[in-house]
Amino acid sequence: MDTLTLTYIVVGATFALYIGIAIWSKAASTGEYYVAAKGVHPVANGMATAADWMSAASFISMAGIIAFSGYDGSVYLMGWTGGYVLLAMLLAPYLRKFGKYTVPDFIGERYYSQTARVVAIICALFISFTYVAGQMRGVGIVFSRYLEVDIDLGVIIGMVIVFIYAVLGGMKGITYTQVAQYIVMIFAYTIPAIFISLLVTGHVFPQIGFGAEVQDTGVPVLERLNGLLTELGFDEYTSGSKSKVDVFFIVLALMVGTAGLPHVIVRFFTVPRVRDARLSAGWALVFIAILYTTAPAVAAFARTNLIQTVSNAEYAQLPSWFQTWEHAGLIAWQDKNNDGRIQYHAGKAFEGAPQFTGEQGPQGQRLISNPPADNPNELYVDNDIMVLANPEIAQLPAWVIALVAAGGLAAALSTAAGLLLVISTSISHDLLKKNLTPNISERGELLAARISAAVAIIIAGYFGINPPGFVAQVVAFAFGLAASSFFPAIILGIFYKRMNREGAVSGMIVGLTFTFGYIVYFKFVNPAANTADNWWFGISPEGIGALGMIFNLIVALVVSRLTAPPPEHIQHLVEDIRVPRGAGAAQSH
Amino acid sequence: MDEKSPSAYWRKNLRLLVTLLVIWFLVSYGAGILFVDFLDQFRLGGFPLGFWFAQQGSIYTFIVLIFVYVWRMNRLDRQFDVHEE
Repeated sequence: MDTLTLTYIVVGATFALYIGIAIWSKAASTGEYYVAAKGVHPVANGMATAADWMSAASFISMAGIIAFSGYDGSVYLMGWTGGYVLLAMLLAPYLRKFGKYTVPDFIGERYYSQTARVVAIICALFISFTYVAGQMRGVGIVFSRYLEVDIDLGVIIGMVIVFIYAVLGGMKGITYTQVAQYIVMIFAYTIPAIFISLLVTGHVFPQIGFGAEVQDTGVPVLERLNGLLTELGFDEYTSGSKSKVDVFFIVLALMVGTAGLPHVIVRFFTVPRVRDARLSAGWALVFIAILYTTAPAVAAFARTNLIQTVSNAEYAQLPSWFQTWEHAGLIAWQDKNNDGRIQYHAGKAFEGAPQFTGEQGPQGQRLISNPPADNPNELYVDNDIMVLANPEIAQLPAWVIALVAAGGLAAALSTAAGLLLVISTSISHDLLKKNLTPNISERGELLAARISAAVAIIIAGYFGINPPGFVAQVVAFAFGLAASSFFPAIILGIFYKRMNREGAVSGMIVGLTFTFGYIVYFKFVNPAANTADNWWFGISPEGIGALGMIFNLIVALVVSRLTAPPPEHIQHLVEDIRVPRGAGAAQSH
Repeated sequence: MDEKSPSAYWRKNLRLLVTLLVIWFLVSYGAGILFVDFLDQFRLGGFPLGFWFAQQGSIYTFIVLIFVYVWRMNRLDRQFDVHEE
């Protein structure tokens, strides 16, 4: 059976599984729709959280980013895992005890203010839409590369699948689908990595393999990679080029941002008890760490493999995957010195993405019209190729390739579904029920939730088909805004009884405005100035959310001291959420 | 002061939090970022030590920290009789 047929079968089987689960777990009440009736086992919730959290970017792009940036790529590894420590200790148990459905719920009640609730709703919607557009695009990309269908058609198929199980099943359907998606995803990610580790080092665990010696040479993997890179004029793999202060702030922004993302927080509302919320965060991190500790190994192996295969090789002699991915536009070669060999060195071969002319060069390569940059490098490689092409580069069997396709789709769909749920809940629960139409019936609210989920899917699909040019750049937004708005407001709400409405609202507004303004200035208004010399304290837009969080904290503390303390019943509420007992009562909302 | 008062429970909780978050900070921001160059002169198998903390060690420590927190908090909840049934 050829790879394409096999891929169709595997992907089709996983889709059938997801839909089957959705039908089995159809939501009948708003409690089931929003938080799966708070009945999810902590291990299952950990797995669902992991699938929810690990997006198309984690699955497809992260290893590639690390492969091409070496030590600097560590910011994602630490930043996207360390946030769970904060979640487990500072947020999850208390928010579970609070016992409502959403983050704006907590902000609105704790700060006894509709303004605070509305600010929170706007943030939640903005963060979720930014994020979900990227996921739908990811679905389209996987479809087009593995199943040879048009990207747009791929996005539409993805929309239909998510529509069926998110709109029908709500949080309950999404949770159990995500458990299945996690399993698909993790097999798809680790199996190629294990094969490659065995091949190169003889170690089963890639986490150990990439610190071991290359078989029959006695040279450690990383040492050899450093040697290959410096020979070609690159920086050493194991040392970074970003400034320490920037790395520090990026990691902080990603950690705090992770802990403040509404689609992650809401998962901890779904478990039965406070201690399950704590435990569940631990399991989530275990499941996430399986992928996140494998990723840097994949990165190191893949980069070595790439250099050894292409550097100074004759184009005509290259293995077939090179043409496959050149055809997909993820690799391009510009034969600057016309010797028919690939020169791979530091620096970009040319500016931007390759513009293919449609003609073929003397070696059969796809010609590109980009003006060549003034350096000897002739090769353009997209980050994503490191995971997508890995099974082919390592000459793994066709079923592994099919599995990677299903894994990429699982990663994108699971995250998209989690985000869509936040969007629909924000509208039906936070905006309608708690703000505009408080008398709405249970059935009306459930219908509103389903309609807003459907509308959100259509909007997300639109952005997936017509991606705004800035999607890749606005990831900084989602984390920066979560870090500078939600995180401080929630933490202060739990750990500082004296924090009042005035303090929290002004803190959120200052944090948001500052972070938003900084990112917009450097990413859109004046991108030419986006260099370390112009950054405040040397902090890049990716890390600025951490500074925004600090501003938020300072403003909130100062303003709260200057204004009246929160009312008595709010202080009791804070005392109440600090102890676990009684969380079960909130179940019968 | 009552030994079993909510404020005593809260103080013990905060003390545990601070201890664990100090370790959290040391393995990631300390070993993985601020002192990475110093630690890189040492080796752990084929890894420069600082690099290992940044790409592996910090993540393993995070997991241990959460499970230690879960275990200690469950004990504390029982001690102060605020645990769930």
